[in-house]
Amino acid sequence: MQRPLHPLHAVFLAGTLTLFLGVLLADIAYFNTYEVQWKNFASWLLVGGLVLCGVAMLWALCRLIRVGWRMRSSAVYLLLLLAAWVLGFIDALVHASDAWATMPRGLVLSTIVTVLVVAATWLGMFDSRQVEAS
Amino acid sequence: MNSRTCLVLCAGSVLLGACGGDPDASQYGADPKLPDPQSQLLPTMMIAKPADWGERRPIVPKGFRITAIATDLAIPRQTLVLPNGDILIAEGRGGYAPKLTPKDVIAAHIKAKGSSPVKGGNRLTLVRDRDGDGAYEVRTAFAENLNAPYGLALVGNQLFVANQDALVRFDYQDGQLNASGAPVTVTGLPFAINHHWTKSLAASADGLFLYVGIGSNSNITERGMTAETDRAMVWQVDARTGAHKIFATGLRNPTALAMQPGTGRLWAVVNERDEIGPNLVPDYLTSVREGGFYGWPFSYWGKNVDVRVRPQDPERVATAIAPDYALGSHVAALGVAFSAPTMGAQFADGVFVGEHGSWNRGLPVGYKVVFVPFRDGRPAGEPIDFVTGFQAEGLTHGRPVGVTVDPRGALIVADDLSNTVWRVTPEDGE
Repeated sequence: MQRPLHPLHAVFLAGTLTLFLGVLLADIAYFNTYEVQWKNFASWLLVGGLVLCGVAMLWALCRLIRVGWRMRSSAVYLLLLLAAWVLGFIDALVHASDAWATMPRGLVLSTIVTVLVVAATWLGMFDSRQVEAS
Repeated sequence: MNSRTCLVLCAGSVLLGACGGDPDASQYGADPKLPDPQSQLLPTMMIAKPADWGERRPIVPKGFRITAIATDLAIPRQTLVLPNGDILIAEGRGGYAPKLTPKDVIAAHIKAKGSSPVKGGNRLTLVRDRDGDGAYEVRTAFAENLNAPYGLALVGNQLFVANQDALVRFDYQDGQLNASGAPVTVTGLPFAINHHWTKSLAASADGLFLYVGIGSNSNITERGMTAETDRAMVWQVDARTGAHKIFATGLRNPTALAMQPGTGRLWAVVNERDEIGPNLVPDYLTSVREGGFYGWPFSYWGKNVDVRVRPQDPERVATAIAPDYALGSHVAALGVAFSAPTMGAQFADGVFVGEHGSWNRGLPVGYKVVFVPFRDGRPAGEPIDFVTGFQAEGLTHGRPVGVTVDPRGALIVADDLSNTVWRVTPEDGE
């Protein structure tokens, strides 16, 4: 039996998306302006994104254990979050390099992470909607 | 021998970083071999693990001996030998840099492990050897409540002290044990953020000018370009009026200055940038040319462009001067002093350099005092180890900072880890 996403799980998932999207926007701003404060913002947003993503990931894992591997989309959802977290962590290390040493690797990673989290959020929310409908 | 001497923190030199190997640390002289810059996902960090000296002592060359002339100090940095033989010791710890990024928070915590937990004294301690037996039995606080004093210079009867925020002046009479009053401010110095807070100091031979070394506000502009206004340069200050002009630029962290006897030429030791590999960029000893630009932040060792700086400045890079003499990457040179014939024939002509020691390197370097021999007023030949043994068997007992030559025949070495001032003398000198 699959239940809809727990409201807190949904909050962590949506927050992950917001923070990583913030990282991407701040990276774009730094890339275009060389204004280093944007990179400082990105660095902290990344930490926040990793924390929220980590919690959402644990929740996704619990859900997967409960429903078992039959529910393929739940497994894909977890893997997307995991991939986003790992790349996000590498992105955080890249952001710890001084000044422009972060670029362009940081921007590329932030883009990939954002895409992964968008996909994970879509799948996670869609999953629970299907369950509700059935 | 040093491979296990420190707490290893090179958890992830993931992409290209070579952990532990760091071959070929010998980058000395006018034309050092510069490898390509490395991009490290985590900077290699090997932080000194402090320990008491116990029965150990620093090691000096045959024919010399070393004694501790002052212990239990509060972060001694630079020293000054006064005309009557008294020694002034500047003690303090500075910097106002806020922790702006997650990295700042983590790195500050790790680096603090390699330094003394003692609070900076913000004072000048005076020690005196009353009877000339080499034991400094008198000790007084010459001046207190200073703001991270570092550079010291005596011109006639005026004692100049470079605090982290201002150049100040005391009146000084021969034999004085305590300052007669509060200092007079000669000129303010750039102090916002103060990432590299130490203000080094030297006086011209005629005493008309003072030279103040001002370090950069970042490793490589990671606090933004505006934070670097009036940083990474040497000021020439009119001793009488306090008016200043910029003497030379592009010197990332000119941690010690010295006036060459006879020539009137200003020399500096400069700490170069981190996080592009174990063998980049060499710290250096150089004569400082008036109006010269030495590269930071745009380039290093002359015209090698640092791609981490944006916007770049090819026009300035084209004017960048290569320094005179490489001391090796990450050695952290913090002291320089011209020698005197009283130091013995082998060490008569040249400079002593205090090397605080590395962190951004798997295999530690520095942690010693070297002698760079000179010929015809220029560095000539490889550096010679003069005081070593600060690291042994996995532990770090001391970290040299300022070095000063006592014209009576002694080298004074400040050690800000064991809070000691050491004195090295030729054995037949006493």
